Amino acid sequence: MTGVANNTPAADERVKEISPLRQALIRPELGGMVGTVAVFTFFLLFASDSGMFNSQGVLNWSIVSAQFMIIAVGACLLMIAGEFDLSVGSMIGFAGMMIAIFSVTLGWPVWIAILTTFVLCIAIGGLNGFIVIRTGLPSFIVTLAFLFILRGFTIYLPQLIERKTIIGGIKDAAEGDWLAPIFGGKILQSLFTWLGDAGLITTFSRGSRMGEPIVDGIPMLIVWAIVLVVLGHVLLTKTKFGNWIFAAGGDAEAARNSGVPVNKVKILMFMLTAFCATVFAVCQVMEFGSAGADRGLLKEFEAIIAVVIGGALLTGGYGSVLGAALGALIFGVVQQGLFFAGVESSLFRVFLGLILLGAVILNTYIRRIITGER
Amino acid sequence: MNSENSPIIQMKNIEKHFGSVIALAGVSVDVFPGECHCLLGDNGAGKSTFIKTMSGVHKPTHGDILFEGVPMYFADPRDAISAGIATVHQHLAMIPLMSVSRNFFMGNEPEKSVGPLKFFDHDYANKVTMEEMRKMGINLRGPDQAVGTLSGGERQTVAIARAVHFGAKVLILDEPTSALGVRQTANVLATIDKVRKQGIAVVFITHNVRHAMAVGDRFTVLNRGKTLGTAQRGQITPEELQDMMAGGQELVSLEGSLGGTV
Repeated sequence: MTGVANNTPAADERVKEISPLRQALIRPELGGMVGTVAVFTFFLLFASDSGMFNSQGVLNWSIVSAQFMIIAVGACLLMIAGEFDLSVGSMIGFAGMMIAIFSVTLGWPVWIAILTTFVLCIAIGGLNGFIVIRTGLPSFIVTLAFLFILRGFTIYLPQLIERKTIIGGIKDAAEGDWLAPIFGGKILQSLFTWLGDAGLITTFSRGSRMGEPIVDGIPMLIVWAIVLVVLGHVLLTKTKFGNWIFAAGGDAEAARNSGVPVNKVKILMFMLTAFCATVFAVCQVMEFGSAGADRGLLKEFEAIIAVVIGGALLTGGYGSVLGAALGALIFGVVQQGLFFAGVESSLFRVFLGLILLGAVILNTYIRRIITGER
Repeated sequence: MNSENSPIIQMKNIEKHFGSVIALAGVSVDVFPGECHCLLGDNGAGKSTFIKTMSGVHKPTHGDILFEGVPMYFADPRDAISAGIATVHQHLAMIPLMSVSRNFFMGNEPEKSVGPLKFFDHDYANKVTMEEMRKMGINLRGPDQAVGTLSGGERQTVAIARAVHFGAKVLILDEPTSALGVRQTANVLATIDKVRKQGIAVVFITHNVRHAMAVGDRFTVLNRGKTLGTAQRGQITPEELQDMMAGGQELVSLEGSLGGTV
């Protein structure tokens, strides 16, 4: 048997050398990066004079992208852990409605309403996960059930209590609250005032706010998106728990054999997805000042599309939070950019479908190179 | 094998019943440190039940397990693993989509502290993985190479190296060579030889007599839930082993009609 393999094996002659450039490029986010460059190039060429790239335009698509990013982070980590959550959109509507009911109808302080909603929604996310783990059913079915259950309550409760499907007055209720600005406020206002004074960004030229910059700060929504993306990325790639997420989605049985607490990981990821949906909902409710029964429709698919454009594998075990964030950016830029470019809005879907298909084909190719999948 | 040593694990008169089915009807096996103990048997002979009892998956209906001379009652596989009994399964060993070093440390991730936070120590994991793979004779392109790009034999070797690195005293290999080609089988057998020389007891389950003869020190044959005895290397011929596994005469007549050893 000796002589077959020595202690210092010769390099395998069948393994081709890989150039450093190729190695640097071959990563799960490549599809998202290529897509981002392509999308920005396209709109710089065709919509540069439409106001898409002035301060207001940038803020416009940044907000939309940030919304996608917030839910994409949760969806991405959950998908890598091997599960889906189709109830994200309904959860957004439900969370918003609960805040409105707690704060406006019941008159609770807004911060208590927000925290209670977080606890409630994360518990529902945990329940999703618990049912999936206990029954062994596909998460697709379990969360599809919750898509309808939560949406049903979101429509039923306000009708029962207030005889309408939109509850307003949250802005007034949130006046002076300490927690509400964390979701609905803005930061760096003085910087933007300074930029406006210095003439670097456009200011109002008439009216009561003359001289003030049109964009007067960065909404907390964008801050939340960036924070969640960074935390999600660090959690996934730099921690022990991140390794467990990959393992749970890659092969749950093999992971269990190695002592990874797969059930715990999956349930926690369902809870994280619910947390992200609730962050989305709170930011939205604080911005609009109202909660509507139709909020968050189809958001689950938009989150999944962003994640898949970002290079994650639908069957789990592979993906990247940064990729998902790029996917969300592409999604937001395309959606708003077509509006700026004056393209008929129904064509947005055509565009999105093409990007989705192109990105997924590219990602599948890259993934095969990396993982040796066949 | 070093017969002066005391056995690291003694399985005494193990019986295992599943309802009305008697899977094991009194099997006794001793395993010594540094030996490769081959457990042979045809499909359904009780090999899997026996090693699952040894690794804590099943509790024996009757009989005792002595680990380093002390009676042990494993509540679950984790107990057995922490005692130093590691099992490398034929299939469920590695996650193809993950890198070698992530697989190597799966469930045992090294951490480094940065302030109050703890992070996966990738530098340490990568270094150790490359070192251990080199010892086993596998040349990785890099520690971040995905396991999916490795061959079946290399994957088994990674799994074995992982078990050894994390302090296995008894290594149970469940049919590691059954799905492999000739050269890959040779590599895995060479790995078994290396592991044995480090003083680790190897329990090698196979139904291939030639693979067993290549590395085994002692051979125990199971047939229909019973052991047909343990033989030393050199005391038994491959043909005798084959006969014992198959249960005797039928196979002889079959081989006659097929014109050779099966």
